[in-house]
Amino acid sequence: MKILVMVKQVPDTATKVRVQPGSTSIATEGIKWVINPYDEFAIEESLRIKERHGGEVVVVSVGPQRVEEAIRQTLAMGADRGIHVKTDDVLDSQTTAEILAAVARSEGFDLIVTGKQAVDDDAAQVGSLAAVLLDVPQVTVVLKLDVNAEEQRLVAERELEGTIEIVELPYPAVVTAQRGLNEPRYPTLPNIMKAKKKEVRVETLEGLGIKPQLKVRIVALSEPPERPAAKILTGDPVEMAQQLVDLLHNEAKVL
Amino acid sequence: MANKILVVLEQHEGKVRRIALEMLSLAQKLSAGNVIALTFGSQAEETREMLARYGADQVVALHNAVFDQYSSDGFADAVKQVQSAVGADVLFLPATAWGKDLAPRTAGLLGAGLATDCTAVEIGQDGRLVATRPIYAGKAIATVVIDSPVQMFSLRPNIQPVEETGRAGQLEDIVVTVHPEAWRAKVTAVRAQGGGTMELTEAEIIVSGGRGMKGPENFKLLDALATELGAAVGSSRPVADEGWVPHSYHIGQTGKVVSPNVYFAIGISGAIQHLAGISGSKYIVAINSDPEAPIFKAANYGIVGNLFEVVPAVTDAVRKLKTER
Ligand SMILES: Cc1cc2nc3c(=O)[nH]c(=O)nc-3n(C[C@H](O)[C@H](O)[C@H](O)COP(=O)(O)OP(=O)(O)OC[C@H]3O[C@@H](n4cnc5c(N)ncnc54)[C@H](O)[C@@H]3O)c2cc1C
Repeated sequence: MKILVMVKQVPDTATKVRVQPGSTSIATEGIKWVINPYDEFAIEESLRIKERHGGEVVVVSVGPQRVEEAIRQTLAMGADRGIHVKTDDVLDSQTTAEILAAVARSEGFDLIVTGKQAVDDDAAQVGSLAAVLLDVPQVTVVLKLDVNAEEQRLVAERELEGTIEIVELPYPAVVTAQRGLNEPRYPTLPNIMKAKKKEVRVETLEGLGIKPQLKVRIVALSEPPERPAAKILTGDPVEMAQQLVDLLHNEAKVL
Repeated sequence: MANKILVVLEQHEGKVRRIALEMLSLAQKLSAGNVIALTFGSQAEETREMLARYGADQVVALHNAVFDQYSSDGFADAVKQVQSAVGADVLFLPATAWGKDLAPRTAGLLGAGLATDCTAVEIGQDGRLVATRPIYAGKAIATVVIDSPVQMFSLRPNIQPVEETGRAGQLEDIVVTVHPEAWRAKVTAVRAQGGGTMELTEAEIIVSGGRGMKGPENFKLLDALATELGAAVGSSRPVADEGWVPHSYHIGQTGKVVSPNVYFAIGISGAIQHLAGISGSKYIVAINSDPEAPIFKAANYGIVGNLFEVVPAVTDAVRKLKTER
């Protein structure tokens, strides 16, 4: 079982996002970079599949120098080796998917596992786009995954609004992970030591034959409008409750 | 030339979600007379009247029973065929679990750029569309354009107004070739998920509880308030992690992003990850015993107090308002 895990490094979710004035990017000073939370579920699931069925877990990440740290972290969790496609370019989902598909073609794979979306651009596209480029089926937003290695098939549960859908598909395939799929492990000290010796191969866009051509372009970026200061109500609970309902009814007109 | 907009939507038992009507209303506003609705399944035709009323000039109903069970690769292939048959250069899909699975798959097949989870789409100076989409879970707002011949957008539910137009909605006979035996990912079963019956992303009012609720047994206080308000119940992440409520309740940057008219944050401190998921709310009400809790900075109305006293009082006040009306 060869599993490629696609990982993105994103600003920590505790980051207060600031827009660079007059630009289409955020101010990056002081940002703590972490593995996209949904990708952690993808790594954990891949490691579990390997533990059950044998094989190899290879982590692929695209981005500047700092991304190597994210890859090392996945190696400390137990992934076997990493591939870092090094670029400072601004990419959209399509280009990212092309890069990952190029790596997947040369590596070969049974499964590609990634998060259901990255919590920076929130695009939720890369997994599906890579699946199309590689002409394999997909199952997204997965809460539970069963691998039937004998028949080379997957049975997955995915989350919909208020319902769970059971999806069956053959692999090779792309799977995207949702919170609830598993509980990601922490790196252990011996694994952190071992991770230092594991291979992280560096690739370039030129080497992969990719010229970024954006299809989705950000033309402006702003911070959301500030909310007006709250009206803080006073009185005993019954009075405050009455005032609140009056305000929601008469002022906000939402009740 | 005016855009030809294909609105791709799901139906269940002949009924559609509100987001379907939102997309049609928006499409009609952007390109009157050029709106085609596409729907799937043996009851697809039953939606015609509804879709027409809200802005579909034509309705393509793929009523072949193979479309009763979803398949991402099968459906994406069908959308591609319809897009080409009707000559649509703009596609709208709902940013629901269904639409977020189908949209990128279709975008890949069409070689089209896709803007996910848009809250607004307008016509730009050059006649192409310009979309607004929150990124970083709403901590920043991006304006995006799409540089491919076909432009695709998935639209966040509960944002666009719906407007009746009273169209006839011609049924279009489009023949698509399907080879269901070649479909690879197939839905084989669907079951209800534990938890509330009302979907958070579509709810007009949400009553949400955090760690301040102290335990799962106290969520009945929120259920009572929600019943009076006709609201859905949600939660902060730790509460779902603790198993007090199902995971589907979890709101925030790593949970559901919601945009109700009113969001009640009850015993929720207002961590940045939680605020990210609720910033699209029109009004936020905070009920918290700690006057310094960050949730008050995000709120329109705040009550500093013990939720165990305040929430039942609010429930009573709502009940009173309803009986007076
Ligand atoms: C990677 C990452 C992602 C995350 N994503 C999310 C996310 O998507 N959504 C999310 O919600 N969190 C998320 N979190 C967690 C987040 O950082 C906070 O820990 C969490 O939101 C706090 O939940 P809470 O407000 O329920 O609890 P607390 O912060 O413990 O707040 C409880 C509040 O209840 C109040 N209270 C207590 N008793 C009473 C009473 N009797 N009456 C009234 N008020 C009372 C307290 O004053 C306090 O303000 C994430 C964290 C990380 C690290």
